[in-house]
Amino acid sequence: MTSPAFAALATRERTTTILGGEATDANLRRYLHGIPGIDAVGLEQRASGLGTRSIKTSSKRWAIDKIVSLIDLTTLEGADTPGKVRSLVGKAVAPDPSSPDCPRVAAVCVYGDMVGAAVEALGSAHSARTPETPDAGIRVAAVATAFPSGRASLAVKLADVADAVNAGADEIDMVIDRGAFLSGRYGQVFDEIVAVKAACAREGGPDAHLKVILETGELNTYDNVRRASWLAILAGGDFIKTSTGKVAPAATLPVTLSMLEVVRDWHRLTGVRIGVKPAGGIRTSKDAIKYLVTVAETVGEEWLTPQLFRFGASGLLNDVLLQRQKMTTGHYSGPDYVTID
Amino acid sequence: MTRLTVPKTYKLYIGGKFPRSESGRVYAVSSAAGDFLANAAQGSRKDARDAVVSARAALKGWSGATAYNRGQVLYRIAELLEGRRAQFVDEIMQAEGASAAGASAQVDDAIDAWVWYAGWADKYVQVAGNANPVSGPYFNLSVPEPTGVVAIVAPQTGGSLLGFVSAIAPALVAGNTVVVIAHETAPLTAISLGEVLATSDVPGGVVNILTGSPAEIAPWLASHGDVNALDLLGAGALDWVDLQIAAADTLKRVLPPEADAVPSLARILAFTETKTVWHTKSLL
Repeated sequence: MTSPAFAALATRERTTTILGGEATDANLRRYLHGIPGIDAVGLEQRASGLGTRSIKTSSKRWAIDKIVSLIDLTTLEGADTPGKVRSLVGKAVAPDPSSPDCPRVAAVCVYGDMVGAAVEALGSAHSARTPETPDAGIRVAAVATAFPSGRASLAVKLADVADAVNAGADEIDMVIDRGAFLSGRYGQVFDEIVAVKAACAREGGPDAHLKVILETGELNTYDNVRRASWLAILAGGDFIKTSTGKVAPAATLPVTLSMLEVVRDWHRLTGVRIGVKPAGGIRTSKDAIKYLVTVAETVGEEWLTPQLFRFGASGLLNDVLLQRQKMTTGHYSGPDYVTID
Repeated sequence: MTRLTVPKTYKLYIGGKFPRSESGRVYAVSSAAGDFLANAAQGSRKDARDAVVSARAALKGWSGATAYNRGQVLYRIAELLEGRRAQFVDEIMQAEGASAAGASAQVDDAIDAWVWYAGWADKYVQVAGNANPVSGPYFNLSVPEPTGVVAIVAPQTGGSLLGFVSAIAPALVAGNTVVVIAHETAPLTAISLGEVLATSDVPGGVVNILTGSPAEIAPWLASHGDVNALDLLGAGALDWVDLQIAAADTLKRVLPPEADAVPSLARILAFTETKTVWHTKSLL
């Protein structure tokens, strides 16, 4: 089957065709274990090679503004309050108040119960988004499905998702059941993603986008990361996301590279573009620029849009703003000139 | 049999480590007689940037240590310097062409300066602070607090060890952390002092030593948004008025060049900010 033909199919038929049968444990296992293994040494070398590119002056300036526009500004603390979400939104709308030409971030990412507060605080900056102009405005992403552990019954997870969608979340970041995945119960993980995807549907409005968090820090091997990426995409995820940020190691360059390779292969196979979101552990602009290089050289520059690539981060934005101020003013800036989060 | 000489590589001292300059540059350091002594790292603006990051990171721990503890740590430097007196006498004789007696006297003075400043650590607050009389049922207390990250241009003339110590010791007393540009043509004693600091109880990042050209590095420190004070002690030969102007943009405390920095309480207090608090007296 050719990729345009695949693209025309609904998710379910596409998956059935690729798997050669229904998404049962046995079929998924046969398919996922048939994927070639990863050469870990080669992957890490490739990733560190991509990290050595020298990005300077005008390219760096472009990269820094691009990074800001790709950030999912995140606060996922037990101590979050509506006030803290409001100040996060303030920062999302005007990351650097001293520089009006600073782009806005892509989204704010909060816990499900803070979605209402985020939507209200964003006001017109949020509602600018309509089905005709899906790129406009700052989105509200909510983590759901018993984030970060995912240890709850399916009914509770779906209620969690429905709650966030009803409160106005544009994107849902779900966690997969790592226990089931590592035990080889791929069918269960698949069905959960499908069910959550269905729960992202919204009456009278655009459906919430589904980001599937693999929590690569708990998957132990690159092969598992690759299998989990395929599984999440086969089940209908719009984005695959590395980590919750609550488990170390979070996003690393080799893991993100392996996920990007899956996305590239999926695009070749079906013509469908899936997004990637490394989250957690990216704290400096230098690191973030390495990710931009990796994306551009693995899947292509067309992936460098908020629809297809995001950084899940909270501290990264401040470092990027310091770099931006340095490039604007010509002298080094300091933490006194950005917000304390 | 002739023995191969083992020349020493002098590197920077940043964040408790001894890195080479990120620029990869070195410059030759000669003795007073003109003989080659060693290559020193020629620090760049990015080394200065890294040093400020280290100094900022170390500030919380150093300024939060008790005054008594800071005094002990500074005294410990004097102890270690005493133990390595022969090395420093030797280095000063080579670098400055000083006589054995002159070099020895300079090391004595440097050790005494450390001891003198160490003693002030838990005393300067009593002298500079005050319980102010106010017309109300309040305690009104003024206390000096450290300014923060201090960038220093060490003296570029005179004794290279004593000048260096006189430049950094007063800033450390109150709990500031420092980024210091060493004597350009005689930087080796400063880096050797860095080795003393690294093996004493001074936390990494409290003192960061850059070698190289003050004319190249100082402007970046003067305009740096994360440096709180600028001591132009040894910047007399530079265009230091420009440095003052650059520092004004970020509201730094600036000290002008001085010929001779004799140990004084004024130098300690120059790197402090006075905080005044009101506190209710309990109801009687």
